[in-house]
Amino acid sequence: MSQATEPAREQNAGGRWNGVLRFLARDAGVAAALVLIVIFFSITAPYFATAGNFLNLFVQIAINTVLSSGMTLVILTGGIDLSVGSVLALCTVIGALIMTDRDIPVAASIPLALLGCMGTGAACGAINGWVCEQWKIPSFIVTLGMLNIASGAARVVSNNSTITGLPQSFIDFGNMIVGGVFPSIFLIAVAVILLGWFILRFTVFGRFIFAIGTNEEAVRLSGHAPRKYKIAAFTISGLTAGVAAMVYLLRLNVGSPIAGVGYELNAIAAVIIGGTSFSGGKGSIIGSLVGASILQVLTTGLQLFGLGDNFKPIVIGAVIVLAVVLDAYRDRLLRSLESR
Amino acid sequence: MEHSAVESQTPDAPAGALLQLRGVSKHFPGVMALQNVSLDIVRGEAHVLLGENGAGKSTLINVLAGIYVADEGDITFDDKPYRPRTPTDAYRAGIRVVHQELNMLSHLTVAENLLFESLPRRHGLVNYAEMNRRAAALLKQVGLDIPPTIPVERLGVAQTQLVEIAKALCHESKLLILDEPTATLTSKEIERLFGILRQLKANNVTIIYISHRLHEIFEIGDRVTVLRDGQLVATRPLAGLTIAEIVRMMVGRSIKAEHMFGEDVQVGDEVLRVEGLRRSASAPEVSFSVRRGEIVGVAGLVGSGRTEAMRAVFGADPRFAGRIFVDGAPVTIASPQDAVRHGLSLLTEDRKNQGLLLGLSCLENITITDLAKVSHLGLLHRSAEQSAASALVDELHIKTPSVFQAVRNFSGGNQQKVVIAKWLFRGAKVLICDEPTRGIDVGAKQEIYELLWKLAAAGQGIIFVSSDLPELIGICHRIIVFANGRIVGEVPRTLFDQQRILSLAYEEYDLEPSN
Repeated sequence: MSQATEPAREQNAGGRWNGVLRFLARDAGVAAALVLIVIFFSITAPYFATAGNFLNLFVQIAINTVLSSGMTLVILTGGIDLSVGSVLALCTVIGALIMTDRDIPVAASIPLALLGCMGTGAACGAINGWVCEQWKIPSFIVTLGMLNIASGAARVVSNNSTITGLPQSFIDFGNMIVGGVFPSIFLIAVAVILLGWFILRFTVFGRFIFAIGTNEEAVRLSGHAPRKYKIAAFTISGLTAGVAAMVYLLRLNVGSPIAGVGYELNAIAAVIIGGTSFSGGKGSIIGSLVGASILQVLTTGLQLFGLGDNFKPIVIGAVIVLAVVLDAYRDRLLRSLESR
Repeated sequence: MEHSAVESQTPDAPAGALLQLRGVSKHFPGVMALQNVSLDIVRGEAHVLLGENGAGKSTLINVLAGIYVADEGDITFDDKPYRPRTPTDAYRAGIRVVHQELNMLSHLTVAENLLFESLPRRHGLVNYAEMNRRAAALLKQVGLDIPPTIPVERLGVAQTQLVEIAKALCHESKLLILDEPTATLTSKEIERLFGILRQLKANNVTIIYISHRLHEIFEIGDRVTVLRDGQLVATRPLAGLTIAEIVRMMVGRSIKAEHMFGEDVQVGDEVLRVEGLRRSASAPEVSFSVRRGEIVGVAGLVGSGRTEAMRAVFGADPRFAGRIFVDGAPVTIASPQDAVRHGLSLLTEDRKNQGLLLGLSCLENITITDLAKVSHLGLLHRSAEQSAASALVDELHIKTPSVFQAVRNFSGGNQQKVVIAKWLFRGAKVLICDEPTRGIDVGAKQEIYELLWKLAAAGQGIIFVSSDLPELIGICHRIIVFANGRIVGEVPRTLFDQQRILSLAYEEYDLEPSN
């Protein structure tokens, strides 16, 4: 037995350095990439390193950040939610309709719109989750269905038109910049991310999300109902789509049935770039924030280079694949660190 | 130190060596999985590799199979330096490995799996007729009477194991490595496997054979090498050795191999009763009960319905009919959730796919059964979790540098202990263990037996499903025997007799028990 404890002690002594390296490889790698990209554009791209541009970046990542935090939960359970973009569209329409309803006093209409957005989003998400679990259908298919249904519903509810004329106080709040640095909608996004991070890391629910993504059958045979937690994950994803819709209204001041087209793919890209495993059980919500930031910084940087809309998708596409390739290498690095 | 002394005991070995290892080492997190191992495998011999879990057997095989690359040391195979980096390198060199974990393409047919690496072709297309014909011949060789056209996923574990062995046979190989091939086989199947191995030996195929069933290695092995904690303890000819001597080499201390029953256990009231359990409309009825402090053995061949009955009781699979009573009161069990709430726990047969969260830590695996115990208002209490998990890790002697290590890196025995730990963390009235000692070394087995007695003494009812009759006879109060989905008999401790239980188990099969 003494032979067994000897190498164990060695491991602990070397463990601290391994721990630092592991932290860099596992948690800080993507953040390091973000910093490098920001430095690169700051040096090379005109106007990139300006206060105005950073302010702009903060505004622009808000929606994707909120969407990707819910998406992270779903992907961690091993699912996918393709419906968030069109659920967002439906929510913007509903939120805008409530706020522009002349029968509701302005003071009441804004909280009501928030409730309407979140309720609609959560309901769509709950339906997604319930259908997946009830009939054991892959979430890819169920949420593809919801993508179309919510999009159609948005057109029906809005009568196929954009809704403008939101209350001025609401618009003002959306334009507010707290302390001259942080736009209000960015702070909303940060609050959502922090809440998500807290839930995943410190709650029983968060533990179940990881456990289910790792081995759902083992969780079931441990005496739990994975179904409940999976439906909750989809509900939260829908809920964040509702919150993202409010952010959309704050930023663009219109409710539109054609809002959010392709947003689900941006959110998935952010989650994957952020290092969350597509097969579930491994990942983090902070990573998704970093992933969303990388996507936006690249977009803006390329625009400043004058390589606008045509080149952007090519670069982003390459980055998504590259991120996953690097992820595989990172796993190998982590394993070699562990076997030192 | 130890191994150099041992080498001098076998100076005559290298004469016709097919495989030579010199100073081979391999490190893993917190473990020296292999430490300076030097070993010679002689042409045409059957060499048995023994050792406790984590002793380094599987690591050694994985190094030979090209799955791990050794950190240090030289290997010579067939008089050429051998340093495989991928499993393909091993195949090319003429080494075939039948792993303990089955690696099958489960949606494909038996024939496709058998001949996957060299599908017979005609005009660039797969020649299915030829493929199925060759597959049928291979299946016949291992005595498996199944059509080659059914998908592998429809086979039981034992049948899949035989297909895996057949697969290794279909290629010419110089060295065949078998990692616990008999763990899931019945004695008749083992007998047939040994026949095949003897034939291969006669054709000058060299065999490395790993098993935890010490009785059987004498039937097939020429020499034995014992590993302990990654080091080579000894290489000896098997002739003249006794099981006791081998066990002593393996564990470094002597343990009681049989007659280990704890007589002083007080059997109390009935804690679980199952009445008229049926899994489907056409399935036979199953009824049994367990008392507090009682260990009830469940014997039967693989596929006799033991596992299925236990899963149905636990609510893991749907049930057509049957009533379940806990502490005399009828309970509704429609899901594992219900079962756990009523105080049942199930240690599944397949620990990797059904018992463990492989990517998560030891701690997370242990507390998953009862997170309410270590949380408040849905918030996890980290330090409570850590101290609870650490206490169980100490109590069960789980070898790990910390409770934060991922269980993926654990040896089989330590993984099984983690599964037990998670149910101990929950605390239950009845513990149903399905093959809890499968693929586990003697030392860890003994620890698990002792643990089960302790739990029984503390008033738990224990159901112990096992294919290993001596172990059932060693630790149970009574044994119920399954065959063809129903209970064909019950044997009280006073009448325990291997022959009696075996003949009950074989009753329905019109077969002669082979030992």
